[in-house]
Amino acid sequence: MNDPRLHFNTPLKTTPFHPRIAAANRLNAWGPWGGYSTALVFDDEAMEHTAIRNQASLYDLSPMTKYRVAGPDAAAFLDRLTIRNVAKLAVGAVHYTAWCDDEGKVLDDGTLFRLAENDFRLCCQERHLPWLLDSAFGYDVTIDDETESVAALSLQGPCSFAVLKRAGLDAVAALKPFRMAEFAIGGIPVMISRTGFTGDLGYELWTAPDYALALWDRLFDAGSLHGLRPIGTNALNLARIEAGFIIANMDFVPADIAVRADRARSPFEIGLDWMIDFDKGHFNGRRALLAEKQAGSSRWALVGLDIDGNVAADHAIVYAGRTREVGVVTAAAWSPSVKRNIALAMIERPFHAEHSGDLWVEIYALRELQYQKLMMRARIVDRPFFSHSRRRATPPAEF
Amino acid sequence: MPSFDAVVIGAGVNGLACAGRLSKAGLKVQLVDQAAQVGGAMATREFAPGYRVSAVAHLVNALDARVESGLDLARHGLKWSARDLATTALGENGDHLVLCGAFGERLDGSISAADRAAWTELRVRLLRFAAVLAPFKAMSPPRLAANAGNDLIALAKIALKLRLLGRDDMREFLRLLLINVADVVEDEFADDRLKGLIAFDATLGAHLGPRSPNTLILLLNRLASQAAGTVAGLALPKGGMGAVAAAMANAVAELGVDVRANAPVRRVLVEGDRAVGVELQCGEIIRARHVVSAANPKTTFLDLVGRPQLDTGFVRRTRSIRMRGGAAKFHLALSGAPDFRGADLTSRLVIAPSVNAVENAFNAVKYNRFSEKPVMEIIVPSAFEDGLAPAGHHVLSAIVQFAPREVEGGWNDRRGAFGERIMATLEAHAPGISGLIVAAQMLSPEDIERDYSMIGGDWHHGELAVEQMLFLRPAVGAAGYATPVPGLWLAGAGSHPGGGVSGAAGWNAAERLIGSEGAQ
Ligand SMILES: Cc1cc2nc3c(=O)[nH]c(=O)nc-3n(C[C@H](O)[C@H](O)[C@H](O)COP(=O)(O)OP(=O)(O)OC[C@H]3O[C@@H](n4cnc5c(N)ncnc54)[C@H](O)[C@@H]3O)c2cc1C
Repeated sequence: MNDPRLHFNTPLKTTPFHPRIAAANRLNAWGPWGGYSTALVFDDEAMEHTAIRNQASLYDLSPMTKYRVAGPDAAAFLDRLTIRNVAKLAVGAVHYTAWCDDEGKVLDDGTLFRLAENDFRLCCQERHLPWLLDSAFGYDVTIDDETESVAALSLQGPCSFAVLKRAGLDAVAALKPFRMAEFAIGGIPVMISRTGFTGDLGYELWTAPDYALALWDRLFDAGSLHGLRPIGTNALNLARIEAGFIIANMDFVPADIAVRADRARSPFEIGLDWMIDFDKGHFNGRRALLAEKQAGSSRWALVGLDIDGNVAADHAIVYAGRTREVGVVTAAAWSPSVKRNIALAMIERPFHAEHSGDLWVEIYALRELQYQKLMMRARIVDRPFFSHSRRRATPPAEF
Repeated sequence: MPSFDAVVIGAGVNGLACAGRLSKAGLKVQLVDQAAQVGGAMATREFAPGYRVSAVAHLVNALDARVESGLDLARHGLKWSARDLATTALGENGDHLVLCGAFGERLDGSISAADRAAWTELRVRLLRFAAVLAPFKAMSPPRLAANAGNDLIALAKIALKLRLLGRDDMREFLRLLLINVADVVEDEFADDRLKGLIAFDATLGAHLGPRSPNTLILLLNRLASQAAGTVAGLALPKGGMGAVAAAMANAVAELGVDVRANAPVRRVLVEGDRAVGVELQCGEIIRARHVVSAANPKTTFLDLVGRPQLDTGFVRRTRSIRMRGGAAKFHLALSGAPDFRGADLTSRLVIAPSVNAVENAFNAVKYNRFSEKPVMEIIVPSAFEDGLAPAGHHVLSAIVQFAPREVEGGWNDRRGAFGERIMATLEAHAPGISGLIVAAQMLSPEDIERDYSMIGGDWHHGELAVEQMLFLRPAVGAAGYATPVPGLWLAGAGSHPGGGVSGAAGWNAAERLIGSEGAQ
């Protein structure tokens, strides 16, 4: 049964929520994520996105890579690993962070949860165990991959608090953004963090796989009146573009995976430089990043674009002055929330600034088996494209 | 305020050379070593009452000419018991083959005319190719990146030398560059003694057998060196290797270097991401504008600098520098002169009867065993000079290969068994030698690691092998003597061009450091 040599029989694993997700997945649309089968759409992508912005949505987060970092040196180790200052991360708080190789190129971004003084959870898109273990040499820490042993759901949308309240969790009201606490829903122990990938009011719920189905059921019992809907990756992706969030291997290539040497990107080049704390002592890539900062040698910039028209510009080439190629769109969508044609793009410096008035995007719109080539004007705009005060309001409103 | 321009950690041949060169450039230098005596692996020690011997290195074959003349070692007391030492390839029954002069300029002994001719030809060819490589040793390793600040004039000179080889020679050079030594000697000769000797010399100090890839380049490296003014020569310092250390210590002291023994460094001080000095074990802090470590690179980075100051990729590379010593030292105090079936005791005696004998001896260490039939290089220093042993008595010093750093069963329990194997080999070539023994000492790679802080007991503080040479030595990120930590430099054998009683690494490092000052 458990013969590891037979792993090829199950090229993709299923998550602890799979029985419920499979039952609800009317389109039977599946995609792989980190070695797991995940739903891309349940029944209607537009309605799923609507649930994120107007009701409440539930997304199975279990395939996300999760590392548990614990031990007397855990904070020192993570400070050394990541570019942000871990000393400033309070117990019970979460921060968005990133980590680099020796050359200061980004390996991944992720969220770091400080569960206790010496106990952390690091969540990210890609697998990094060898890098983490090698980085831990000389530190008194243990690092465990707990991807399989933690089941996680993301409950997002203006009604997400109302759903939790109805499930009996009034106490969640006090939770501020980027904070977490332990709760119980009808006897199910669950850690809830006020985090998410939608830029909206929302929570992430973490529990043991054994409780997964019971938790799912409790949430839907409580959520039916608030329009709670399971959502697939497609709707979430649209929401994250609206929120201006980036994803490894979509908006940047992790340095350890990049085959072409010039594809690696520094935090300066993907808009994560605000996290860097040069004063906290040495951290991986610090010397290279400081040199980059001092020399102003960053070559790229990740920007938000507002593009004319309504055709999504996925992977389109970006031009300065219609002729000179200066970058590529990494993610794009017509945003139902802001009613704009938005995109994230990797642009060669200095065109991210100087020529921002004269950027063009070449879109190939396939219309009934004929391409229509559109040269559309694009303007660099601030991210996020979508933001709402309900995201940060504490206590959150009940819609 | 830093009290010194540079503090140099480790007073082995490289630390001494480096400190001396820095001082000559006008820098104020503090040189510290943890040992009671300076010199590192250059040491003359009493291993039994009244018997002294070179404890680790025992022959000079690579002393860098810049060091020897630049520090004026002759004036500071360096004398040679012998230069241009001959090598006797010991035959089974007294049919020895003697290579006289530098790398066998002349062969003495019975050997076929064909082999004699082939030797003359190969010797010249190898020396010519070695001469092409020699200049590399006296410069920082070239870097691959564009605008890397390479010494283009020096590189151009080497390129010119290569050009001057001509097409056929060039082809032959490239053929030989990465070949194994066994293939070469088997192509060229029939004589087992000659083949065994060359195979032995190529793998001396390496963790490689003669059939391991890339072993000929180690021989070329050896031939690209000089001793006491002779290219590819061998020289024996009067008073043992400790005398070289003493001469160097005198020289650097006269140049104004402050030399301190019994001063173990606990850590390199890093402030504001710059090495600013060292903290000694006793807590004393010595501040300097530059910190130079001529200690082992792993020791330097992992123990003295410490993990938190270094990036993960660099630590990965540092941790995986291979340092597997394969040589043991064996010392005998003898009540009389040993008789190696008439061999001249004032030559280097080598027991390496054939290529297969060396290869088989090497095979053992792959499985953490010592050789049952070890091969070895023997010197009888008391045959050259008085004073190392009581009158009429002798000392014998042998480098014995191969012995692993960690032996199956542990060296504590297996020491005696290896000693017996060495003695059996010696007795076979010098019948009666066992009866002369007054005292014996065997230093395993483990002992050498402990007593001389050479990790793995490795000859070169990082195996000298193609994949750990030039810009890969000791590891990418620290190959040009500069390290990832500003203000910290490497200068030991772990750096280009590697070990041996040479000082080339230390001298090169000093020049690099001085050059960086000029650039500021
Ligand atoms: C068995 C054996 C036989 C050899 N035979 C020969 C030979 O015949 N001929 C030859 O040319 N070469 C020989 N070698 C090689 C040669 O001995 C070495 O390559 C050479 O001596 C290395 O010199 P070094 O200065 O780089 O290092 P070392 O001589 O090892 O010097 C490093 C110094 O750093 C000091 N140090 C280390 N840590 C600290 C610290 N924390 N604080 C302060 N000081 C510290 C040590 O005490 C030491 O003195 C032999 C090597 C071995 C192992």
